[in-house]
Amino acid sequence: MTPALEARGATVRFGRFTAVDGASLSVGRGEVFGLLGPNGSGKTTLIRALCGLVPLAAGEASVLGEDARRRPERIRQSIGYMSQKFSLYPDLTAGENMEFYAGIYGLGPAEARERREELEALVGLGPYADRRAGRLSGGWKQRLALACALLHRPRLVFLDEPTAGIDPVARREVWNLLFRLSADGITLFVTTHYMDEAERCDRLGYIYMGRMLALGRPADLRALPGVTPPGTRRIKVKGEDASALLASIRGRPGVREATIYGQSLRALVDEGVGPADLGLDPSRVRPAEADIEDAFISLSRAEEARRAAERAP
Amino acid sequence: MARKELLHVLRDPTTLFVALFIPVLQLVLLGYAIDTNVRHIRTAVLDEARTQESRALVRSFENTGDFDVAVLAADEEELHRALVSGRARVGIRIPEDWSRRLLSGDPAPFLLLVDGSESAVAGQALGTANAVALRESLARLLGDRPLPVEVRPRVLFNPDTRSANFFVPGLMVVLTQIMAVMLTATSVVREKEQGTLEQLAMTPARPGEIVAGKAIPYLFLAVGEFCAIAAIMVGVFRVPIHGSFGTLLLVALPFVTAMLAVGLLVSTLAATREGAMQMAMGTVIPSIFLSGYVFPLDSMPAPFRALGYCLPTTWLIDASRGVILRGAGWAELWPNAAVLSGMAALVLLLAALRFPRSAA
Ligand SMILES: Nc1ncnc2c1ncn2[C@@H]1O[C@H](COP(=O)(O)OP(=O)(O)OP(=O)(O)O)[C@@H](O)[C@H]1O
Ligand SMILES: [Mg+2]
Repeated sequence: MTPALEARGATVRFGRFTAVDGASLSVGRGEVFGLLGPNGSGKTTLIRALCGLVPLAAGEASVLGEDARRRPERIRQSIGYMSQKFSLYPDLTAGENMEFYAGIYGLGPAEARERREELEALVGLGPYADRRAGRLSGGWKQRLALACALLHRPRLVFLDEPTAGIDPVARREVWNLLFRLSADGITLFVTTHYMDEAERCDRLGYIYMGRMLALGRPADLRALPGVTPPGTRRIKVKGEDASALLASIRGRPGVREATIYGQSLRALVDEGVGPADLGLDPSRVRPAEADIEDAFISLSRAEEARRAAERAP
Repeated sequence: MARKELLHVLRDPTTLFVALFIPVLQLVLLGYAIDTNVRHIRTAVLDEARTQESRALVRSFENTGDFDVAVLAADEEELHRALVSGRARVGIRIPEDWSRRLLSGDPAPFLLLVDGSESAVAGQALGTANAVALRESLARLLGDRPLPVEVRPRVLFNPDTRSANFFVPGLMVVLTQIMAVMLTATSVVREKEQGTLEQLAMTPARPGEIVAGKAIPYLFLAVGEFCAIAAIMVGVFRVPIHGSFGTLLLVALPFVTAMLAVGLLVSTLAATREGAMQMAMGTVIPSIFLSGYVFPLDSMPAPFRALGYCLPTTWLIDASRGVILRGAGWAELWPNAAVLSGMAALVLLLAALRFPRSAA
């Protein structure tokens, strides 16, 4: 079976600025694919290019077997898209927004009503159907946007930061919804800035300044050789005052990185460096695993270094 | 799409206000205020003769309806002050020996002072004053004999040369234009600002369908507005429509289409609603000045006149005056309709070429 989505060397330029630089990826059918990357790294632009909304300057892309350059209308008929910014009509009610999109997707009246009821039940929108979309709270707006994106039974849905700016409970509910869709065989392409959400994806891509730096399952990315380079190890330090701890060890020889996680401190140190060298109580120091964030940070650093080296000579 | 657009308009009270109320308000204000026919010029009189004849002269000035005696000055200084302060625009000074000279058959000059700061007023004052003097002179010379040469003026089509009759048919066009351009431009730009245009672009709906969905309700709204203004014109300003209003509507249709396309074009260029609003006004202003709405095209320098003929507004104003004032019919107006249709097609084409690119 062909993958749900495939891109090879996809490049998008705005004038002289290259927003997506030779990105290649492949997403299997029914997969939950997470795309991560800092602000401005090109996530939204990549999605727009995959839907044929911005032209590819080089490379190729296909979605559900259709070429993004030649058949964008065919693609748009079978995908759903939920944009980063809330983009439904704030002055129409939730129900009217759904009706409008049902019309746009060419659903007949009977089918439109049926889908509306199904989706209202699915996302739990029932009580808010007559509320103007602009007056819904963030979480409900996202659920409404998702419902609108699903009206025409798309086989693949792009969700651009579906959980940005909503509370943790709503965030979890949105993800529960996504897993239900995934269970129905719908392919999901999600961008996010949350690491816990990244961990929930089947596969991840990390894009940095337009370049796809890594692709793989979350565990694969954590285990990438560059994340915990040979001769170093990761430790976790418990303490009363994590920020004082951070100040005390930062800049000591042998400490590569250090950050605070809640009540504790995590650091990447050279193999030979022990608690005593850092002035720490050994009973508080535990070995630690790299997490996804560590992986992304080291990938970004390596790329930064590579670019600096490229510019230097 | 069209239904949704209508809901937008109804839900958005400011748009509705701009769309319906402002033009009507403008119509009433402008319709009453614009009156280039100068009447009732405030006049100061210094009558040093104080004779029966001099009083008769002043009365004949008043009888023209162009002059209202506002100040009766006691001396020269007061006359001057009245003019300088603006209490009077025209001063009449009749010298002490005026009656004597008149009766003895000598030339009997009197002084007419005209404030030239408002040229229309000055022109009218001079013209009427000369006419009064001439008539008085002739009456003296001819006595009861009939005038040897007489002009019998008859102004066709706008018999009492009321300005309202001249302006309101044009105003109707300009207001419809403002509203059509403004509404479409802001409606599309609003979708841009809200990001809904991007959402739409991700659906299989083609740009053409999106545009048609947007244009149709606004087309109805603009045509409705045109009719409403016509109704006000007849009802409030008592400007009768001599021709067939249906014919006028037929000519107006391509005009409104062209204006909706202009709005669309503006929306592809502007990024914000304020920007769109300003650009829309920018397209309206030349139409106001070069379309013959305010200044007659015939009295313009040739390059401006040529420019005027490139504006759709010019053609509809001409048709509108034709139907309303002269009772023109399809036989006279089909060229206007043809020109307007051509223009509409051109602007639509331009907008269609630009629109999909700006949506992405
Ligand atoms: N239409 C455009 N014209 C010019 N530059 C653009 C355009 N769209 C995006 N860019 C630029 O391309 C880069 C990538 O933008 P993009 O929106 O894809 O980033 P992103 O990864 O989605 O960021 P975020 O996490 O903030 O959503 C940015 O530097 C942006 O300024
Ligand atoms: Mg983005």
